[in-house]
Amino acid sequence: MPKTLYDKLWENHVVRTEADGTALLYIDRHLVHEVTSPQAFEGLKLAGRKPWRVSSIVATADHNTPTDHWERGIEDPVSRQQVETLDANIHEVGALVFFPFKDARQGIIHVIGPENGAILPGMTVVCGDSHTSTHGAFACLAHGIGTSEVEHVLATQCLLQKKMKAMQIKVEGKVGAGVTAKDIVLAIIGKIGTAGGTGHAVEFAGSAIRALSLEGRMTVCNMAIEAGARVGFVAVDDATIDYLKGRAFAPTGEEWTRAVSYWRTLVSDPGAAFDTVVELDAATLQPQVTWGTSPEMVVAVGGSVPAPEDFADPVKREGVVRALQYMGLVARTPIKDICVDQVFIGSCTNSRIEDLREAAAVVTSTKGRGKAASVKRVLVVPGSGLVKRQAEAEGLDKIFLAAGFEWREPGCSMCLAMNADRLEPGERCASTSNRNFEGRQGAGGRTHLVSPAMAAAAAITGHFSDVRELV
Amino acid sequence: MRAFTPFDGLVAPLDRANVDTDAIIPKQFLKSIKRAGFGPNAFDEWRYLDRGEPGQDCSRRPTNADFVLNQPRYQGASILLTRDNFGCGSSREHAPWALEDYGFRALVGTSFADIFYNNSFKNGLLPIRLPTAAVDELFAQVAVTPGYRLKIDLAAQTVVRPDGTVLSFDVDPFRKECLLNGWDDIGLTLRHADEIRAFEAKRQIEQPWLFSKVD
Repeated sequence: MPKTLYDKLWENHVVRTEADGTALLYIDRHLVHEVTSPQAFEGLKLAGRKPWRVSSIVATADHNTPTDHWERGIEDPVSRQQVETLDANIHEVGALVFFPFKDARQGIIHVIGPENGAILPGMTVVCGDSHTSTHGAFACLAHGIGTSEVEHVLATQCLLQKKMKAMQIKVEGKVGAGVTAKDIVLAIIGKIGTAGGTGHAVEFAGSAIRALSLEGRMTVCNMAIEAGARVGFVAVDDATIDYLKGRAFAPTGEEWTRAVSYWRTLVSDPGAAFDTVVELDAATLQPQVTWGTSPEMVVAVGGSVPAPEDFADPVKREGVVRALQYMGLVARTPIKDICVDQVFIGSCTNSRIEDLREAAAVVTSTKGRGKAASVKRVLVVPGSGLVKRQAEAEGLDKIFLAAGFEWREPGCSMCLAMNADRLEPGERCASTSNRNFEGRQGAGGRTHLVSPAMAAAAAITGHFSDVRELV
Repeated sequence: MRAFTPFDGLVAPLDRANVDTDAIIPKQFLKSIKRAGFGPNAFDEWRYLDRGEPGQDCSRRPTNADFVLNQPRYQGASILLTRDNFGCGSSREHAPWALEDYGFRALVGTSFADIFYNNSFKNGLLPIRLPTAAVDELFAQVAVTPGYRLKIDLAAQTVVRPDGTVLSFDVDPFRKECLLNGWDDIGLTLRHADEIRAFEAKRQIEQPWLFSKVD
């Protein structure tokens, strides 16, 4: 019987299965950051248990770390304690590799794993972080987990998991110029909703997905969780193999050859059956902008903010009323009339080199217009030290600085505002991050999710603009 | 984890869809390295009028009288009535920790986000999925009935309304067993340590590139 990629990934990791279908899945890679791990390490110690296989651990500090004035260290004592706790825990138990605060390769956990070749096709990957789905771009089964599960994986190298339903999201055709991976995934979420993928493992497929670079695929898989799916992935192809060749932790020599021949099998067989299939036509996709407080509240840049009466379901309607109020928006306002106070280019969704190139290209093409005077601040936060240095080698930092943007040190930054980078109440932000929830970027802050190109366009014009008309 | 026993509890309704874990426990409280003490900051931005920061004495903060959990009739609630996709967003287990610490023992709603659903079971908090029509009726009854209570029995998989109507719910047998007994699932898994070791040894031969050495 033909198998889906999910079937193959699942079967390759099942250690045993209980009568009700609950399985012990063996975990190949455990990514660890400072926010969701301290209680797990503490629990392990209190129970007198040892980590099962420390060589599976890749760790970094990213959520609490500042993005400027590194020479001052971490000024907030509560944040500092959390980062120091991670340092102490990793120092005590060990890891395959640890990139602490200020390390040259430190960065967002979902950026540093792949760029160092520590994420390989066919792996099960876990992290106490919902955006672990990112690693599905490499045909991995990558689950975001809670802290109790972090402790469980540390102690047993396994995750208790029931097999989910299989969903295929097929995006066929060619996207137009100015339409990016971010727009594809926002359009998917707009179509199926934030709970559309609940209980499903999602395979992203179709020619528009295959045409994406691995960076673009990571952007799409990253936001699978915003469609309710704990895991999302893309089959292996030449682009996957090419990306991995020569990376620090990728195999070499004869092992590489063996690995590649196995990785090539990590595709859904022709005729494999999915529980649910969703199809999108790439050619019709437009640059997307969210207007509300849930990623499913999204429209094309040429559209308008909807009105509550557009929704038949009373719970949805009430949600729209509340979202408009929180966002300080009036129904039917054209998206292009919405002005922004801040712009954030970064996060595990969009802080890789390709994202920074995309934003810089918009700046360059507007011939020195620079940041609009009405925009208070534009933060550009690279995903890692390696991304930062690559961008600087290409001169992207100079382009951003000349435009009046701020060029920062790597970290999660204003995606969730655990460090000092945050919105003030009522401030409106064009953000390349993944969540527009109430208070996500700072209490009372108003977030609109967009692609890096659209964020750069908003920075330059001061309001949402169709990047295709600007460039 | 404490064993989950049958109980009868006061119900508080949170009538909005897509309640995310950022709303349940905002990020600034995630800086704690402890598991306990998140209850006073559950729903912080909806519950209080000032900006919440770690270490505040929450009993002295100005509260938002419009927020449902602040209404006198819902004080002491141990069952939260919810709508679609409750617990979406971040995987932070601080969300069930905060709800449990607040005093909730069960959540009754139409659907829960996968990671949150899973995290709840690990902390003695029972998320119960019921059909939309049943949940709509519960919201309607709570609204017009001060002191509205439900009886919840995990062993029988039932929610009993004050009028005697019995609503049955589904739950995975494995999760149910763990919650009923308050079992530590790490201990359960480690009973299979030999199987895990054998699996790992075989894997190391078949896919050696997955086992790079520590520098």
